[in-house]
Amino acid sequence: MNEATGRMILSAQDLHKHYGEFCALGGVSFQINEGEFVSIIGPNGAGKTTLINVLTGLLKPNQGKVFFKDMEITGIGPERLSKLGLARSFQLVNIFPNFTVLEFLMVAIVSRLGKGKNFFSSLLRDQEVTGEALEVAELFGLGEKKDVLTKNLPQGDKKMLDVASAFALHPEVILLDEPTSGVSTSDKNKIMETLVSASKKIGIKSIIQVEHDMDIVFSYSDRIIALHQGKILADGAPETIEKDEEVVCTVVGQKECFKIFSSILNREG
Amino acid sequence: MRIPWEATSLKNFRIVVLVVVSLFLLGLPLFTGQFISYLMLTFFAYAITVVGFNLLFGYTGLLSFGHALFMAVGAYTAAFLTSRFSVLYMEVILIVSVIVASILAALIGTICVRYIKIYFAMLTLAFGMLFYTFLLKFYYLTGGDEGMRVLRPYLLGFNFSEVPKMQFLTGSYYLYTFVILAILMFVMWKIISSPFGLCLKAIRDNPEKAEYLGVSVRKYRWYAFVISGAYAAIGGALLAPAIGQVDPGLTYWTHSGTLVFMTLLGGFENFFGPLIGGIVYIFLQDKIMSLTQYWRFIFGGILAFIVIAAPGGIAGVISSLAKRRKS
Repeated sequence: MNEATGRMILSAQDLHKHYGEFCALGGVSFQINEGEFVSIIGPNGAGKTTLINVLTGLLKPNQGKVFFKDMEITGIGPERLSKLGLARSFQLVNIFPNFTVLEFLMVAIVSRLGKGKNFFSSLLRDQEVTGEALEVAELFGLGEKKDVLTKNLPQGDKKMLDVASAFALHPEVILLDEPTSGVSTSDKNKIMETLVSASKKIGIKSIIQVEHDMDIVFSYSDRIIALHQGKILADGAPETIEKDEEVVCTVVGQKECFKIFSSILNREG
Repeated sequence: MRIPWEATSLKNFRIVVLVVVSLFLLGLPLFTGQFISYLMLTFFAYAITVVGFNLLFGYTGLLSFGHALFMAVGAYTAAFLTSRFSVLYMEVILIVSVIVASILAALIGTICVRYIKIYFAMLTLAFGMLFYTFLLKFYYLTGGDEGMRVLRPYLLGFNFSEVPKMQFLTGSYYLYTFVILAILMFVMWKIISSPFGLCLKAIRDNPEKAEYLGVSVRKYRWYAFVISGAYAAIGGALLAPAIGQVDPGLTYWTHSGTLVFMTLLGGFENFFGPLIGGIVYIFLQDKIMSLTQYWRFIFGGILAFIVIAAPGGIAGVISSLAKRRKS
């Protein structure tokens, strides 16, 4: 990642999201600065995906605001967000099954270059679009599979393609929802290396990822935000988080630390 | 270098097939009876409509069940202009049809594209039936259930009133309609091969992901709706002089169903599928209607068979046979 410049690029202010009785987010606030690689961690049901969905405008929060640089973006929707410079990838594979790898990436590039309303120009003869799509495919190791239908790709490649399409938008901030889930442990580091080098090349200012694999989280993040039951449990550098008993117990080594965790609760309450 | 060679040879093969089929259709009236040519003429008008319809259905994933509305708009425009305003120039009729249908499609589309799947289908059906009621009840304007006459138009400024009716329809009018079909097919091919076409297909496959990639799903669906409405209007305007009389049945829901049927029969996944469906439907209907009055029953059976056994339609069956032969 680039060096943190300290300029705020994305901020959440007191976000609340309820599903009926269930409170998925209960007052989440934070600020992401340019140059940061932030990991959001937390046990299942902590509200991580809800948070990503609220940040990317798919869900409207019941309360609270989201800002991208100086602009309020609460609930403005994914399409406008992508144009402003905020892209995301998905936890579950989210692809266009009948597209080839290259066509898939071309959708993102056509949209970024504002060529979607070219009704009569030939797509395949557009050197700019095809060239850039191939470039992104190669950057993510999919160059040789450019003509393969995405539904026929192995799971890991599908995931990679989903991520690659978000990168192809050349966003300033990218949110990755479990980019390495469902991928073999040996491939995880490869994916992360690819992500980091691609974001340097493209000039992405900040990466925010939701991740379960703590090895990945602690080796790549500049900062970690730990969520638990819809609230921020801790927010800090990996070294600080590592020393935080409560976070380690709740999120990192859940079962092993059950006893310590209950003693902390007793201490607090 | 094998693959590029195969790709070019396949492309050349397709062009050769296209040219041969076009020449055959163009010369058909020379070596066949007037009735066959007349059926072909109606097919050309339907072909334009279903090609436009399939932009919405096959390429954008929206099943309109009221698309005959726009065909009726084109046909009634032709009737109004020729018999009420004595405007006989076919080119003017076509342009006015496109303008009227586009405005109407823009308005109806604004409401309809907010919905998808069955809700979209039902809304378009409702608008089609609304228009049907309008045509039926405002009889002083539209002639009610009797409809309106369509006078013979001038083609490229030439007056053909001296020529016998069938000779006109299977002669100059046949050629005129065919050329328009060819032009509109070419335009549609350009549209689906364009960046816009790519975005439509992305919306069809996964609207959520498309939205995240910056594709304005609702806006693109709206464009597709308007374009397909304009195509249907051209089809309707060209059909009107062929049938000579327009009536509200043109926008009745069963007529919209016919368009869906043609597209499913031929195969909505293939560019030429709806055309194959159109031609088979028209000739099959003519044949079966002459055999039995229960032709709808037989057509229902065919539709059920297609949906269950060959969801890719005739084009799907042909391409899977071709693939099997190759391997």
